Amino acid sequence: MNEKRLLEEEKHFETMIAEESLCTNENLVYEKPETLTDTPMHYCPGCGHGVAHRLIAEVVAELDIQDKTIGVAPVGCSVFAYNYLNFDMTEAAHGRASAVATGIKRVLPDKYVFSYQGDGDLAAIGTGETIHTCNRGENILIIFINNGIYGMTGGQMAPTTLVGMKSTTTPFGRDVEIMGNPLKITELIAQLPGVYYCTRVAVNTPNNVRKAKKAIMNGFKYQELKKGLSFVEIVSNCPSNWKMTPIESNKWLEEHMLPYYPLGDIKVPQNPQNAE
Amino acid sequence: MKELKLMKGNEALAEAAIRVGCDGYFGYPITPQSEVLEYLTQHAKERTGMVVLQAESEIASINMIYGAAGTGKKVMTTSSSPGISLMQEGISYIACAELPCLLVNVVRGGPGLGTIQPSQGDYFQTVKGGGHGDYRLIVLAPSTVQEMVDHVKLGFDLAFKWRNPVMILSDGALGQMMEKVELFPQMPRTNQIYPWATTGKTKDRERTIITSLHIQPDKMQEINLHLQKKYKAIEAEELRYEMIDCEDADLVLVAFGLVARICQKTAQLAKEKGIKVGVFRPISLFPYPYQALNQLADNVKAFLTVEMNAGQMVEDVRLAVNGKIPVEFTGRMGGIIPTPEEILNKIEEIYVGETA
Repeated sequence: MNEKRLLEEEKHFETMIAEESLCTNENLVYEKPETLTDTPMHYCPGCGHGVAHRLIAEVVAELDIQDKTIGVAPVGCSVFAYNYLNFDMTEAAHGRASAVATGIKRVLPDKYVFSYQGDGDLAAIGTGETIHTCNRGENILIIFINNGIYGMTGGQMAPTTLVGMKSTTTPFGRDVEIMGNPLKITELIAQLPGVYYCTRVAVNTPNNVRKAKKAIMNGFKYQELKKGLSFVEIVSNCPSNWKMTPIESNKWLEEHMLPYYPLGDIKVPQNPQNAE
Repeated sequence: MKELKLMKGNEALAEAAIRVGCDGYFGYPITPQSEVLEYLTQHAKERTGMVVLQAESEIASINMIYGAAGTGKKVMTTSSSPGISLMQEGISYIACAELPCLLVNVVRGGPGLGTIQPSQGDYFQTVKGGGHGDYRLIVLAPSTVQEMVDHVKLGFDLAFKWRNPVMILSDGALGQMMEKVELFPQMPRTNQIYPWATTGKTKDRERTIITSLHIQPDKMQEINLHLQKKYKAIEAEELRYEMIDCEDADLVLVAFGLVARICQKTAQLAKEKGIKVGVFRPISLFPYPYQALNQLADNVKAFLTVEMNAGQMVEDVRLAVNGKIPVEFTGRMGGIIPTPEEILNKIEEIYVGETA
């Protein structure tokens, strides 16, 4: 039934736009920003990392701040982020990305500094650095990829793994009695006065991708204002370790991840106290 | 005109950091070196605009150093033994990524939480590695408050010359005691841009990546070979040591840091008793003056290594001497400083044994 619908859609598009018109400049809607390298990504098919990387690259290109941007990559699946993002990058030890970003930003306060961290990195081994970096209100952007699992090491439980969710270290599902509840670190750090902007987005649908891009854009723009820390959580998928097809994983994300990690702004600088 | 001051070791070191034009200090309080952070938070910003930040842990501070050192700025941290242990992972990353920075260990007695009194128990950790993997720090061992000042300048020079972390291996007594020091004049902060640093990718160059991750074994081997080559060059060029009255000595005391000064007093006492004793003081602990010790062994009857630990550097003295002459050891642990008299007693024990 799905295939039938796809075929219908395809026909529909064919009648809507002729191929030649697609190739004209005014219809050009998609190009590779020069802030993205030509290196083929190592991510599994359907993984959200690639989309998230691209969004950062697009934002930096659109803001024209490549020469002022320094990124920090974590340990985890995105350990090789610097292979794809055409910025100056530093590869941090597991959990320490926000401390590394702090060091960079403190000595180069006019640069745009961001860290890109997974859930194990940011919310388990690096929790201390995360909380204190946020609490100091470091004028940086933290991009937090939450896919509820340790990807690179092969699918172990993350602090964000849902209750009942299976992983290689919770083979019978996460048991609250043993492992506690999944950690909503984004809600936690939103309480800190040093955090200026805190939001949760996803990259599972075109609409959500657009919202995610807007959030990353905000995070970079707020650095200009020197108001404090911006924190963007991207709820993402892990088809390989969730043992699903990419489409199944995005459906599962919507049905299971998003109810526990609801999308939307958690803290926005509209409050005059914040915006001051 | 000379600028002379009476200063505590930790404060003198902090003052030197400001004067050398240091761009950033990231640290965490721990006895017996908290005065460094206190002094810098009080004086640094208004004088040079230097960044001073109290981190939430030593783990955070060393990673702040890693990030900031990667921008080519002159950055440093200080700590004491347990704190330095916490930093080892970060130090290994910094060494592999070949970033210059200055680290200071004001050593206290261990193991464990130990004592806040002085010790040299971190010699192995500092000189032989400390963190994971094959890397070396350039290690300087001051023996006076004056050298606490001088080694800050020398340390940064060496760190940038070799793109390698430099560790000043001090101790709780040197950090806490007051002595007369001559301070060097204020140097400007340089704001130099280095091609290897992360400063933002401009159109005219490729992006800079600071990493210690090289998944392919042949690439990782290449990095290791490059590091080893660099360490060999450092060994050839950066040896520093001092020899006091070694020319006609029968016995030479080998000691670093504070203990070398106690040994000088012992040598005087020995002289009064008619025993010719010299003092050999390694100033750089990596590179270590193996060759100089080996040559010296041709002219003396025995070495006595004195340390504030269970006998760590003595292993290097034995390596240097390679069995030519006896290498004895005496030392104190747990924060106790050996007295000149007890070292003299040990000398008499050996000396009598030698002549009998």
